Amino acid sequence: MAHSLKNLLATLAFCLTAFSAQAAIDPALLRPLAGDDPDARIDAVGRIAAQADDDARKVLQALRDDALMATPEGAVLVLDGEQAWDPATGKTIPLPDGADGIVVNNRLRAAVEGALSGMALLSPDAAQRKEAASALQARSLDPEQLPLVRTALAKETDPATKSILQTLVAGADLHASDPASRRAALIELADSGNAALRPQLQAMLAKNDDGSWAEPDAAVRAAAASTLRAIDGRVSRAEFVGNIFYGVSLGSVLLLAALGLAITFGLMGIINMAHGELLMIGAYTTYLVQSLFRAYFPDALDWYLAAALPAAFIVAFAVGVVLERSVIRWLYGRPLETLLATWGISLMLMQLVRTVFGAQNVEVANPSWMAGGVTVLGSLVLPYNRIVIIAFAVLVVGAVWLILNKTRLGLFVRAVMQNRRMADCVGVPTGRIDMMTFGLGSGIAGLGGVALSQLGNVGPDLGQAYIVDSFMVVVLGGVGQLAGTVIGALGLGEVNKFLEPLAGAVMAKICILVFIIIFIQRRPQGLFALKGRSVE
Amino acid sequence: MNRASLLFTRPAWIAFGLATVAAALLPLLNLVFPEGHALHVSGYALGLVGKFMCYALAALALDLVWGYTGILSLGHGLFFALGAYAHGMYLMRAIGRDGVYQSLLPDFMVFLDWKTYPWYWAMTDSFWYCMALVVLVPGVLAFVFGYFAFRSRIKGVYFSIITQALTYAFMLLFFRNDTGFGGNNGFTDFKRILGFGITEPGTRAALYLATLACLAGALLLCRWIVTSRLGRVLQAVRDSESRLMFIGYDPLWFKLFVWTLSAVLCGIAGALYVPQVGIINPSEMSPANSIEMVVWAAVGGRGTLVGPIIGAFTVNGLKSWFTAAFPDLWLFALGMLFILVTLFMQKGILGVFDQLKRKKEARAAAAAEPSSAAHPKEAA
Repeated sequence: MAHSLKNLLATLAFCLTAFSAQAAIDPALLRPLAGDDPDARIDAVGRIAAQADDDARKVLQALRDDALMATPEGAVLVLDGEQAWDPATGKTIPLPDGADGIVVNNRLRAAVEGALSGMALLSPDAAQRKEAASALQARSLDPEQLPLVRTALAKETDPATKSILQTLVAGADLHASDPASRRAALIELADSGNAALRPQLQAMLAKNDDGSWAEPDAAVRAAAASTLRAIDGRVSRAEFVGNIFYGVSLGSVLLLAALGLAITFGLMGIINMAHGELLMIGAYTTYLVQSLFRAYFPDALDWYLAAALPAAFIVAFAVGVVLERSVIRWLYGRPLETLLATWGISLMLMQLVRTVFGAQNVEVANPSWMAGGVTVLGSLVLPYNRIVIIAFAVLVVGAVWLILNKTRLGLFVRAVMQNRRMADCVGVPTGRIDMMTFGLGSGIAGLGGVALSQLGNVGPDLGQAYIVDSFMVVVLGGVGQLAGTVIGALGLGEVNKFLEPLAGAVMAKICILVFIIIFIQRRPQGLFALKGRSVE
Repeated sequence: MNRASLLFTRPAWIAFGLATVAAALLPLLNLVFPEGHALHVSGYALGLVGKFMCYALAALALDLVWGYTGILSLGHGLFFALGAYAHGMYLMRAIGRDGVYQSLLPDFMVFLDWKTYPWYWAMTDSFWYCMALVVLVPGVLAFVFGYFAFRSRIKGVYFSIITQALTYAFMLLFFRNDTGFGGNNGFTDFKRILGFGITEPGTRAALYLATLACLAGALLLCRWIVTSRLGRVLQAVRDSESRLMFIGYDPLWFKLFVWTLSAVLCGIAGALYVPQVGIINPSEMSPANSIEMVVWAAVGGRGTLVGPIIGAFTVNGLKSWFTAAFPDLWLFALGMLFILVTLFMQKGILGVFDQLKRKKEARAAAAAEPSSAAHPKEAA
C-alpha cells in the first residue's frame, strides 16, 4: 500500500505544475474506477487528483462519500440527489437504470483521503488550504507527502498556512540523516521568521539525559543556534512593531473618546459625566442608520457609515445643545454641582436607551471593506478597521483644530475661554457661544461613538467604560490643550500596549491609573500647562 | 455654658435623644413581640434600617470633607468597601470548615487551587486584628494618598477625578481572581461572627445596635469637630484656601486630618455593613456607588451633618420602594433627583426647611415692626 501511495503522490506532485485546463475528465481516467483491479483504481485516483481542478475534487469527494456510481457500460457518474452528473461530459443527466455504487475498500479510501488533502493544499481558497495544512500537521507527515508539501509551500502566500507548511517540511529536513542537508535546511530557515519552528530548534540544541548532544554535529548545532537567534530577532521586531501599531490604535480610540471631552471639560470647564452617554448616543445612531440601510437600501449597506457620521454628529450635537440650555448653563462656575447634575443626566440617558432598545447589546457590523487586514513582516496582521479608525482620528483632530483656530466660531470660543467678561464687553454673544461649544464637543463625542461602534459592543453601558479613561486623557494632557489631549491619548495607548504583555491587561490598566495619579501629583497642570499667573 | 450645650441647641439635643432612643427600640420590638403582633417589626425592616444607618454613616463622613472642607471625594465608596473587605476577611475565616469544600480555606481559594493563605491574610482569624484593619487600611491609604495630593495642592475637580481614578483602579484590582479577595463574587456565605450565628435575631439586633451607636457617636464627634476652632479652619479652607494660606496657615495638615478621619469613618460604616448585608464584592467600588454617596449628602443638605443622614435615609428609602414598585423608573428618578437637587435645592432638604423658617421669621418681624421692614435683617 505504501508503495502505491508513494506512486500516487509522486505523480500528483509531478503533475501539479501542469494544471490541466480541460473542464471535463478523460473517460479513460475514470473507467478504471469502475473496474476490479485494485492497483489500477488507486492509480486512477492519483491521475484524477493530478488534474487538481473542481471536477477532479468532485469525483474524489463522491468516491469518498460513497456517492460515485458505475453504469453497466462502465461509465462513472456522480450521484446528485435524483440526478447524476457525468464528469466525462460535465452534464447532469437522469440516473440511468442499473447504475450501482462503487465499493470502496480501506486501501482505496486511504488513497482518496491522501489525494484530497493534497489537493486541498493547492486549492485557490486560502481557508481550505489552511485547513488542509492543519489537518496534515495533526497527523504525522508521511515522507511520501513531502514533495507535495514542498510544492505547496513554494506557492503559498498566506502567512499562517505558510508557517504550518514550513514547520512540516522543517520537521522532515531537520531529521535528515546527512548533517550537510540538516545544516542547509537550517540556513534556509533563518529568513523565515517563523516562531513555530522554535521548539524544534531548541530540541536540537538540548542535551540528552546521558549528556550527549541531541544534535551530534557541531556545525549543525552552530547553524541551529544562529537560526534560532535570527528567528527570535524577527519575532521580537514584529512584536515591537505590532505593539506600536496597536498602541497607536488604542490611542486613537482613546483620542476619539476624549476629544469631545477635551472641548467640554478642557475648554469650558464643565465636568461632563454624561460624556460617555454622548458616545453611546453616537454608537446607537450608527446602529439606527445601519438598520435603516438594511431595510431600505440593502445594496448600499457597505456605505452606511458615510450616512452614520453626519447623523451621529447631528444627533449628539442636538442632545448637547438641549442639555446645555436646560441644565448646564445654570451651573457655570459651580463645577462640582455640574458633576452631579451631568451624572444624573447620564443615568437618565442610559435608562432611556435601555427602555427603548433593551438592555442587550445591539449588533453593529463592520462594512465588508473594513474586514480583513494587511500582513506585514511575515506574520503581523494589521486589521483594516483599526487602520481606518486611526485615519479617522487624524481627520477629526484636524477638523477640530481648524474649527478652533481658523474660524470665527473658534475665535469666539477661545476668547470666551480666556476672558469671558472681556469677550462679553466687545460683543461676543457668550451664551450662544457656550451653547455652540458644548454642542460641538457633544457632536464630536457622537463621531467618537461611531468609531467605537466599529470596534466593540454597543450597549447601554458603552459610555461607562470610557468615562474614566476620557477624563484621564484630558487631565493628563493638560486641560484646554488640544495637543496635550492628542499626546496624552497616544502616550496612554502605547504605554498600555507595552505593559500588557508584561503584566496582563488588567494590571496594565491599573498601573496606568496609578501612574496618572502619581503624575498629576507631580504636575497638577498636566503635560502642557497654560501659562498664567492666576492663583485659583 | 458647658461644651455639650455648644454642640447642639436644647431642642436639637432633645431631637437627637428621641431619634436615638426610637431607633434603639426597633430591635427590641423585633425580639419581644411575636410575629403578627401589631407592634412587631420584621427582621427585613430591621435589616433595611441597619443598612441605611451604614449608608448614613458614610454620607456623614463625606459631608465632613465635602460640606465643611470643600473637598469633593468620588472615592468614598472605596474606603467603604475596604472597611467591608477588612471585616469580611475575618468573617470568611470564621466560616471554618463549613464551606462547600469543607476546607479551612475559603471556597474561592480552594477553587483557585491555593494551598495556603497569602501573606496579607495572616492573623485575619482574629476579630480584633481585623477591626484594627478596618480602621488602618482606609486610614493609611487615605493618609498617603491625601498627603501627596494635598501637598501638590490638587483641589476641586482634579481631586475629584483622581479619587475616582483611584477607586476605579482598586475596583479593577479586586475584580482579579489572583488578588486573593474572591474576584467577581467577593465574600459571601458568612456563617458566624464571634461565635454567634450571623442570621440569628439576637446577633442581628446586636449588629444593629452597634451600627446605631457608631452613627450617633460619629455624629457627635463630627459636630464637636466642626464647632471647634479646627472646624473654623476647615470651613476657611472651603471658602478661601488661598486667603487662609496668606494669613499663615498651612492647610495641608488640616485637610489631611479631616480627610483621613472621614475615610476611617467610611471604613467603619463598611465594616458594619458587611455582616448585616451578608455580601461584599468589587462592584461596591464602582465609581457610580461613590457618586451616589455624594447625592445622599446633597439631597439631605451638605454642610449640616444631620442632612446627609436624612438624605441617606430618604434616597435609599425611595430606592427600596421604587425598585420594588417601578423597577424601570428608578434610574430616571435618581437622575432627576441629581438634577433637581443641584438646580433648585442647593442646600438640600434641610435648606428648604431653613428657607421656610427664615421666611416665617421675616414675616413675623415685619408684622411686629412694620416701620423697620425697609431694612431686611441681612443689613446687620
